[in-house]
Amino acid sequence: MLMLECPYCGVTADETELSPGGEAHLTRFGPGASDDEFHDYLFMRENPKGVHFERWRHAYGCGKWFHAARATDTLEVFGTYPAQTTKPPQEILDKISAKRPGWTWRDLK
Amino acid sequence: MRRYSAFAVAREALRYHSGWERAWASPEPKKKYDVIIIGAGGHGLATAFYLGKRFGIKNVAILEKGWLGGGNTGRNTTIIRSNYLQDPSAAIYEKSRSLYETMSQDLNYNVMFSPRGVIMLAQTHHEVRGYQRTAHANALQGVKTEYIGPERVKELVPIININGPRYPVLGGLWQDRGGTARHDAVAWGYARACSDMGMDVIQKCEVTGIRRESGRVVGVSTSKGEIDCDKLGIVVAGHSGVLADLAGFRLPIESVALQALVSEPIKPCMDVVVMANTVHGYMSQSDKGEMVIGGGADGYNNYTQRGSFHHIEETVRALIETFPMISRLKMLRQWGGIVDMTGDRSPILSKTPVDGVFINCGWGTGGFKAIPGSGYGMAELIAKGSSPLTDAFSLNRFKEGRFIDESVAAGVAH
Ligand SMILES: Cc1cc2nc3c(=O)[nH]c(=O)nc-3n(C[C@H](O)[C@H](O)[C@H](O)COP(=O)(O)OP(=O)(O)OC[C@H]3O[C@@H](n4cnc5c(N)ncnc54)[C@H](O)[C@@H]3O)c2cc1C
Ligand SMILES: [Zn+2]
Repeated sequence: MLMLECPYCGVTADETELSPGGEAHLTRFGPGASDDEFHDYLFMRENPKGVHFERWRHAYGCGKWFHAARATDTLEVFGTYPAQTTKPPQEILDKISAKRPGWTWRDLK
Repeated sequence: MRRYSAFAVAREALRYHSGWERAWASPEPKKKYDVIIIGAGGHGLATAFYLGKRFGIKNVAILEKGWLGGGNTGRNTTIIRSNYLQDPSAAIYEKSRSLYETMSQDLNYNVMFSPRGVIMLAQTHHEVRGYQRTAHANALQGVKTEYIGPERVKELVPIININGPRYPVLGGLWQDRGGTARHDAVAWGYARACSDMGMDVIQKCEVTGIRRESGRVVGVSTSKGEIDCDKLGIVVAGHSGVLADLAGFRLPIESVALQALVSEPIKPCMDVVVMANTVHGYMSQSDKGEMVIGGGADGYNNYTQRGSFHHIEETVRALIETFPMISRLKMLRQWGGIVDMTGDRSPILSKTPVDGVFINCGWGTGGFKAIPGSGYGMAELIAKGSSPLTDAFSLNRFKEGRFIDESVAAGVAH
């Protein structure tokens, strides 16, 4: 079973206590955006076999949204961090680089 | 190719079965093919088969990184039905179902198609309305289905409990021409027919790069070297995102795990397929007597072919209320496959931003039933650039707002 630590209440929760919320750090496009931007925001998704950044919610706990950095090919979790950011914290990026040299995700390396 | 027949069985019985040929050849790749198909699952093999059968294109290679049918084609619960809601879906799934009826004869390979009938249970009022609507849509599409009441469900499935307090059976959508088939045999039968037409089915050959020149595909890099081609079909289900990435475009697809399990074999007790979509449980009885059970999909991206255990628990917990007699059964095996999910729960059969590259994916939790129909249309798309069966399923439908919404009743489609 997948386990993630909620960065708010510090609880290490089983996945049954959490709900998955899909790809992280999406830029919202709306009125004024081009058709391509709006289409990509609504439908296109990163689907890597490897390092991925996602949103999760501590649904049966404190109820808050947070982020997780995870590998989809091994289920290894690199870390979790709060939702109030548009970019993963440097220490998590460093941790991933140490374990998986050469990884990429969107324009992150 | 020496044909299989009752006579062949008798002949071989008399000579200690020494005369059976290999069903397909295992060649090394040539330098160049007219068409390369990536992925030897059912959809890739059927596409190659119809390229040869319908369009005479036989200089074709099918490249498979593992073994024949080792992806979702060999991992599913084999439910075949065509009672979808939208017209483009009805067209391709009904074509497919009808091709299953003659597949064993067409391929000279017994795929054990068993049109035993499929019931989709209505267990909430939402589903009652949803399935009545589907039954009306099917009548207009010329797909034979029927909305039936709980008594008729009980008649068809004597072991069912229709009064479950949590999940009562309020009715069902019945398609008497739906059923099951042997999934491995579908892959093997197509591989044998493709090999017989002179195509190269190449296993243990992973595609690691897609070579392009001026926006057009010229070949692929593989674990068995460089291979050139004029056209390329990507038919890799859960790995579609990985291959699209190699070709330099993106997809509206996420890959998640879907699981199934089988019980110990018991005497015949259920001769139809029952789908309980509200609780994400699907059950049929195999010829060996095992109860074959499909569960729900995980909610997060995953490539490990291992699903979360609690989904199995949820499925089984709900099913034993609807089928009390299975509560003492031991479960023998459990496994997962990586399924490619689109937002509207319909597949993508399409040209791509790269000239000469075509993609067939997004079948998600329900593409086994679609294998022959998908191959039939996909071959036409690759040969001619367009097909009445596949045009509605193009990649640009999302941008143009032409969704083919099949997530209506329960958001799933096995
Ligand atoms: C548990 C489960 C239950 C299901 N139940 C049903 C059901 O009851 N009814 C139904 O209709 N559908 C069902 N499905 C869905 C169905 O199995 C799939 O939609 C269908 O099998 C997809 O076939 P495919 O040929 O597209 O993919 P696959 O059979 O997965 O074939 C794709 C192939 O591509 C290969 N590949 C990947 N990457 C590469 C590469 N780089 N190079 C070379 N080869 C590569 C893979 O190894 C694989 O063999 C179920 C699926 C699962 C997992
Ligand atoms: Zn919390």
